[in-house]
Amino acid sequence: MKTADNQGELWEVFIQSKPGQAFKHVGSIHAFDKDNAIENARDIYTRRNEGTGLWVVPSAEIIAVALNESDYFFEPATDKIYRHPTFYNLPKGLTHM
Amino acid sequence: MTTKPIPAQTVQLLSEFEEKINAEIKIEPSDWMPDAYRQHLIRQISQHAHSEVIGMQPEANWISRAPSLRSKKILLAKIQDEGGHGLYLYGAAETLGVSREQYIEWLHQGKAKYASVFNYPALNWADIGAIGWLVDGAAIVNQVSLQRTSYGPYARAMVRICKEESFHQRQGYEIMWRMMQGTTDQQRMAQDAINRWWWPALMMFGPHDKDSPRTSNALLWKIKRETNDALREKFLNKTVPQAELIGLQVPDPDLKKISDENYTHGEINWEEFNQVINGNGPCNQERLEHHIRAHREGEWVREAAFNSDLKKQ
Amino acid sequence: MKSTLNYYLQIADNALILSHRLAENTSKGPFLEEDLATANVALDLIGLAESMYHEAAKMEGYGQTGDDLAYRREETDFVNCLLAEQPNRDFAHIVTRQFLMDTFNYHYFMALTESRDPFLSAIAFKSIKEVTYHLRRSSEWMIRLGTGTDESRHRVQLAINTLWKFTDELFEESDADMAMLANGFGVHLNDIKVQWNQKVNEILFLSHLESPKNQFSVRGGKQGIHTEHLGHILAEMQFLPGKYPDAVW
Repeated sequence: MKTADNQGELWEVFIQSKPGQAFKHVGSIHAFDKDNAIENARDIYTRRNEGTGLWVVPSAEIIAVALNESDYFFEPATDKIYRHPTFYNLPKGLTHM
Repeated sequence: MTTKPIPAQTVQLLSEFEEKINAEIKIEPSDWMPDAYRQHLIRQISQHAHSEVIGMQPEANWISRAPSLRSKKILLAKIQDEGGHGLYLYGAAETLGVSREQYIEWLHQGKAKYASVFNYPALNWADIGAIGWLVDGAAIVNQVSLQRTSYGPYARAMVRICKEESFHQRQGYEIMWRMMQGTTDQQRMAQDAINRWWWPALMMFGPHDKDSPRTSNALLWKIKRETNDALREKFLNKTVPQAELIGLQVPDPDLKKISDENYTHGEINWEEFNQVINGNGPCNQERLEHHIRAHREGEWVREAAFNSDLKKQ
Repeated sequence: MKSTLNYYLQIADNALILSHRLAENTSKGPFLEEDLATANVALDLIGLAESMYHEAAKMEGYGQTGDDLAYRREETDFVNCLLAEQPNRDFAHIVTRQFLMDTFNYHYFMALTESRDPFLSAIAFKSIKEVTYHLRRSSEWMIRLGTGTDESRHRVQLAINTLWKFTDELFEESDADMAMLANGFGVHLNDIKVQWNQKVNEILFLSHLESPKNQFSVRGGKQGIHTEHLGHILAEMQFLPGKYPDAVW
C-alpha cells in the first residue's frame, strides 16, 4: 500500500435528520481512522444542522446488489402485496389497527 | 475510429443503457455504461471538483482582510462550502473507479483542468462581491441544470450543492450593493470589479455550441442538459438587470436589449479564453503551485494519520 | 465597568486572533476534510468574538459597535494571550496551539458557566458545547502526530517546545481577572491551571510526547505587549477600515 500520498480510506456517511427517522445515505468522505471518520462526517455533512444522528461505514464493507441482478433480487417481492396492510379489506368502524 | 465488430452482448447492454437514459432513469455506479460515457464523466466531474477546490484560493486571498466580523464569518463559511462541494464532487467522481489521489495527481500533472475563471486575481474587496455574484451566479445556472444529469451520484451531489449555493450569490450581490451605496472609493472598486469579472464569467459557459466538440454526446447521454449558449443566455438575462438595479455598468458596449427580458452580448474574446485555459492567465502558476505546495506539506500529516495509534483502535 | 470591559475583551481578542490564524490556513490543509474541519473551529471562534465585542461595545465610553473594537483598536489595546497569535509554522504548530488553547478554553468556560454575570454564564454554556468538540479533535490530532511517524513525532514535539513558554500566561491574573473574581463574575485561574496541566499531561502521555524541562515563560499579551506577529495580523485585518474610515462594508 502506497501511504505517502494517501488521502485516507473512503467511508460512506448516513444521517438521521430527526430522532426516530431512518438513516439516509448522504455521500462519502475520506478519513484515516474511526474517530477521524465520524468527525469528518460531522464537519462536512452537518454544517447546516442537518442531523441528529450520524453513521459512518467503511465503503469497502458495503455489500451492494448490482442493478443487473435486480430482477431476481427484487422482483419476487413485487407480487407479494399481501405483505402490505392495505391488501386487507376490513369492516368499517374498526379502529386502532 | 475503431472498426472492430461490437459483440452482440454489448449491443444489448448499450440499448438497455440508452433506454434508461431516455426514460430519465439515473445511471448508478454498478450499472453497465459505455466507456465513452464513463470517460466523459471522469473528465467532467473531476474538472468540476478541481474548480471548486482551486476556487477557494482567490477568495481565501481576502479572508484575512475582510472588513467586518460579519463579512469575515460569511466569507469563511462560503469558502468552506466550496471545499465541501469539491469534496462531494470528488466523492461522485470516485464512484467511477478512480481514486481522489489519482484525480489530484492528474491535476498536478496538468492533465486535468479546472474552471479558467479562477486564474484571474481577486484584487479588491469588491472582487469578493463580484466572485459571489457573477462567478457563483454563472456556476449556479449551470449547476441547476446539472441536477438533472443522468449519472446518479453526480445528480445527487448537484442537488446538495445547489441547496447550499443559494446564499453564495446573495452574499456577493449584497457586497456589491453596499459598496454602490457607499463612498466614491467603494463605488470605484465595485465598478472595477465588474469590469474585470464580467467577461471571464461569460466565458465560464464554454465555447459557442457550434465550436464545442464534446457537447453532442454529452447532450445525447444527458450528462449535460442544456447547451453552453442556452445557459449563457439565461445568465445574461438575469444578471444584466441586477447590475442596472444597483447602478453598475456592464462593461460591454455591444450589449443589446432585444426584448423585455432578453439581451445579447458583444463578441467574447476566445483567444483570451484559450490562452488562460492553457496556462497563460494571470494566476495559473500560483493556483497550481499553491495546491501542490499544500498537498506536499500535508504529506507527512497524512502519513502520520495513516500510522497512528488511533488507527489501531 | 473598566474591568468588565477588559474582561470581555480578553475573551473576544483571544477568540478573534485564534480564529484569524485558523482562517489563514484555509485552502492549505493536509487534505480537504481537514480544511473544512478547521474552518468550523474558526467559525465557532469568530461567532464567540462577535458576541463578546458586541456586548462589550454597549459599555460606555468605547467604540459604538463590536466591529469598532475589532477593527479600530491599536495593537497595544489588544489583550489576547501571546499563544493565540503565534503563526502557522506547520500543521504540528497549528494542532499544538489549538490543543493548548482548547484545553484552557474548555476548563475556563466550564468554570465560567457559574459566573454571576448572566451574559458570561450564557456565553460559557454556549461555548462549552463548541469547545468540547474542538478539544476532542485537537487531542486526537496530538495523538495521531505523536504516535504517527518519526517525522510527525519530531515536528509535534518541536511545536510543544516552541509554544510551551507562552502557556503560563494563560493563567496569569490581570487586573480585570482579579476584579472579576472578587465580585463573583470571574474564575479562579489557579484552579484552571491545575485542570489544564492534568489534561495536557494525559494527552502528552498518550501521544508519547514530553513537556519541556525549561519552564521559562514569556508573557505580556494581557498587558498589550505582544510578539511581533500581532502587528502584522492587525495590519492586514484592519487594512480596509483603516484606509477608508468613512466606508461601511
